Order: sequence, then structure tokens, then C-alpha cells
Amino acid sequence: MKKLINDPKAVVVESVEGFGLAHADLVTVHPDPIFIMRKDAPVAGKVGLVSGGGSGHEPLHAGYVGTGMLDAAVPGAVFTSPTPDQILPATLAVNSGAGVVHIVKNYTGDVLNFEMAAELAQAEGVDVRTVLVNDDVAVEDSLYTAGRRGVGGTVLVEKIAGAAAERGDALDAVAGVGQRVNANVRTMGVALAACTVPHAGVPSFELSDSEIEIGIGIHGEPGRHRIPMENADGITDRLLEPVLADLKLSRGEKVLLFVNGMGGTPLSELYIVFRHAVKVLGEAGLSVERSLVGNYITALEMQGCSISVLHLDDEMTELWDAPVHTAALRWGA
Amino acid sequence: MSAGLDSRWAISWLRAAAEVVADHRIDLSELDRAIGDGDHGENLDRGFSAIVEKLAVETPQTPGAVFKLAAMALMSKVGGAAGPLYGTAFLRAATASGDAAELDPALLAAALTAARDGVVARGKAAAGDKTMVDAWSPAAAAAAAAVAAGDGVVEVLEAAAAAAEAGAVATDPLTARKGRASYLGERSAGHRDPGAASSALILRAAADAANQPAAGRPGGDAA
Repeated sequence: MKKLINDPKAVVVESVEGFGLAHADLVTVHPDPIFIMRKDAPVAGKVGLVSGGGSGHEPLHAGYVGTGMLDAAVPGAVFTSPTPDQILPATLAVNSGAGVVHIVKNYTGDVLNFEMAAELAQAEGVDVRTVLVNDDVAVEDSLYTAGRRGVGGTVLVEKIAGAAAERGDALDAVAGVGQRVNANVRTMGVALAACTVPHAGVPSFELSDSEIEIGIGIHGEPGRHRIPMENADGITDRLLEPVLADLKLSRGEKVLLFVNGMGGTPLSELYIVFRHAVKVLGEAGLSVERSLVGNYITALEMQGCSISVLHLDDEMTELWDAPVHTAALRWGA
Repeated sequence: MSAGLDSRWAISWLRAAAEVVADHRIDLSELDRAIGDGDHGENLDRGFSAIVEKLAVETPQTPGAVFKLAAMALMSKVGGAAGPLYGTAFLRAATASGDAAELDPALLAAALTAARDGVVARGKAAAGDKTMVDAWSPAAAAAAAAVAAGDGVVEVLEAAAAAAEAGAVATDPLTARKGRASYLGERSAGHRDPGAASSALILRAAADAANQPAAGRPGGDAA
């Protein structure tokens, strides 16, 4: 294992410290328990947005703390959810009195830890709503599993719910918009090569040079099945097919297309995927109104990508276009 | 002899559990790597080390208080699903133990049952889902059966540990229905559930601690 680290146990702390130094204009880092907070939080009268999860998905979530998106991000160890004793103080710190929305990816650890923190915050008199993100269509049989995972759609939920909070929507409305985004987005991912968790030191699964893993999540876990390597257009077809089958959109509808890199795939390849995805969506009669291409929710240095399609309505489009100023996403502000 | 188990036993148990978790850190993470994300041993080691650190600076006087200390340390240091699950288990065991200075066989079995119920309530898993429940459920049942048969505390814990070990082994052929392993579907069969495996190790440490006379059975040193 070759990684630019000092000590596997210090990866999260040292990385967050560096992030705080690089973006001191946007955030402050609370050292112990560790969380990243918008510099001007709590913003008077505004609903607070808190997200978090295992580290290793950068820029998620710290990269989305700032105006028009998150008020706080709570990082766990690499691929391990944060703990209630971090989530609770982050929640209290960003509460202006208007309540706090937790945006939680549907992974068992994240759900349990945020659930405990929400109970503790409620006990301290803070109104908490939870938006559970579960956009991953790779999980076919959600009855006999922990349910669909929260993956690429999380970025879109954080942006759009963040804009709703910034314009002054009340607690239930902000949570409602977040839930609506989640209900209208589907994602499917592929890995060309696994990633290595620093403290594990070995790749999280084995893939030969001629194989790819379809339906991966973002924690280095294996996916649903393994197939021989194909070209970019072929893989794009495979990813989009279950996404579109699940969304069941009519011709003429508007979508946001999000091609996300898993950390180890060059942007040039992501654009090759995007190019073909636009063609496939066009053939289905869908209009790609908004786009996002890049490494926004990663799995360390995993090679691969995910494709998310969000069915847009006018309000979601307006909130997507609203100003945002964070380390990883910035326009209009 | 109807000796009970006091806070010294509870402390020895947690110290022994910390040692066994540290010894099996790599094995547990290997199990997790097969069907999860490969960090179970690392996370538990972090949590149990935190318990040992806390016990170095405070000495709770009842088993319930020891369990509560363990619960808070595990909840705040483990993360993942294991943190809230083990944390809830120890918190429920603490509540069931109350202020009792000693746990007699019935109270001990009640504490194990409460721990099991806590794991079930927090994780919403059922027996056979290939989770920690598959170790805790048979353990709680075996403890209750031992109490019904008139056994003492050591036998109750021996029965619980043996049942947890058998339960962990029995997860091998199961298909996971909860937690991260469930995403593998049938590919999760043929692997032991890491949470069930760690639960068995921790319950075995409880029995081992009770088998050491110095560890806090009032009658032990007279035996």
C-alpha cells in the first residue's frame, strides 16, 4: 500500500485539519469531538442542515459546508459512521431555534448513530427531522436487505435542501424538499478496481484486470455481480438501464444528469460516460436540463463511477440554480 | 454456593474482553472484509481500549455502573453499526442490573436478555438474519434455561458463552438480511458474521472472568 499519509490512525484528523486551514474563510473545525461547521453558524432564523458519515468519500460531506448547502458535516473514521457524541454537539451548534435536518445515507451504521443522536437532540429540545437517502438501484431486493443505499443522490439532496433552508423555508418544508429529491433520483455505480482502506492496508475486494463489479456502493463493499470488462458506452448502458427502469419517466420530462467519479477515474473518462449517457437519455425522450460531472462522492481511490438521474420539477431546478458557496461546489455566490 | 457476581467481575470481564478483541482484531476485520467493509476488529478494538482507559481513572461500584461506563465508551468510540448495537446492549444490561451490588443467576440472565432485546430493538434484526442477534439470542435463552435448572452464575455464563459460540458458527451458511452484508445477497453465505463472532468472544470473556476466583465472586476465595 502506497498512500500519502503519516499514520493510518491519524488520516481523518490530519485531513480535516488541512481542510480547515485551506477553507478558513468558509468553515471552522471543531476539534474534539471532531466536526466541520459553517463559519457563520448558527444562521439566525435558518433551519440547520447536518450530514455526515464515514470518511473516504471526499469532498462529501465537509466539502459541502457553506452558504446554500450544509451547516455542519460530521466525519467518522474511514468508511465508518460518526458517533452520537459527535453528531449531537454538531446538531446543537447549528441550531438557531428553527430546528435541524439530518441528511443520512441509508447505511445501517449511519442510520443507527444518527437515530441515537436525533433522540438525544430531541431530549435537549431541538426539533430534528431526518432525510434518509436511498437512491441506489443496485439493491434489487430491499425487502431482504438493509434497503437501498444512499449514494450519488446524497449530493443532490444536500444542494437542493440546502438552498431551501437558505431561502428561509421552515423545518418541515426543508425536510420535505430533501425527501422529494430522494424520491426522484436513482443511481447505479460500477468499480473497475477496488480501494484500500488505510488502516486495513489491503484492497477491500479483489478484481482481476479483465473484470468489473456492477452495483457497488461507496464503502469499498462488493456489488451485486461481476462481469467481464466492457467499453465505456457498454458500461454506461448497463448503469442507465436499471436507473431508467426504476424511474419510469415519460418522454418530454426534464432531468439532471450526474456522472460521479469514485476517486480513481480521470475526469476525461467521466466525460466519455456523460457523452453516451446524454445520448441514451435523448433516445428515451428525456431532456437533460442540468448536469454535474466530477468526483463528488468518492470511495477513496476506487476506479469507477456512478450515474444518477434526478427527475426535475421547476422548484428543484430553481433550488439547484440557487447560489452556493462551499469548498467543492460553488456558483452564483 | 449461590454466590453472585459483583463489580470486580464486571471490570475483569471488560478488561478480558478488551484483550480478546485486541488479539482477534485482524481475524474480525478479515471476517468483515469478506462480507462487509473490513473494519469490525479495528472499530471494536478502539471501543474496548476506551473502556480500559476509562476504568483506569474510575472504579464503578456496581455491575450496572460498569456496564453503563462500557455502553457510553462503545457508543462514542466504535462508530459503524457495532457502536450503537453494543452500546445499546450494555446500556440495557445496566438498566436491568439496576443498583444491585451483586448479580445472582436470575439477575444475570435478566441482564443478558435485556442486552439481547436491546440489540434486536436497535438493529431491527431477527434471528437468522446473520447478525449479532444470532449469537445473543441463543446466549440469552441458554442463560435463562440454566437459571431454570438451578445453575449458579458461572454455569449461566458458561451456557451463554457456549450458545453464543454455536450461534456464531451457525451463521456460516446463512444469507445476510441486515447490515452491509445483506447487499451481497447469496454471496454472503459461506462466511461467518463478524458481529456474531465478536459477540461470542465477548461472552466467552464473561465466563472466563467468572471462573477466576479473584475476579469478584465473594465466595470464590473460600472455595
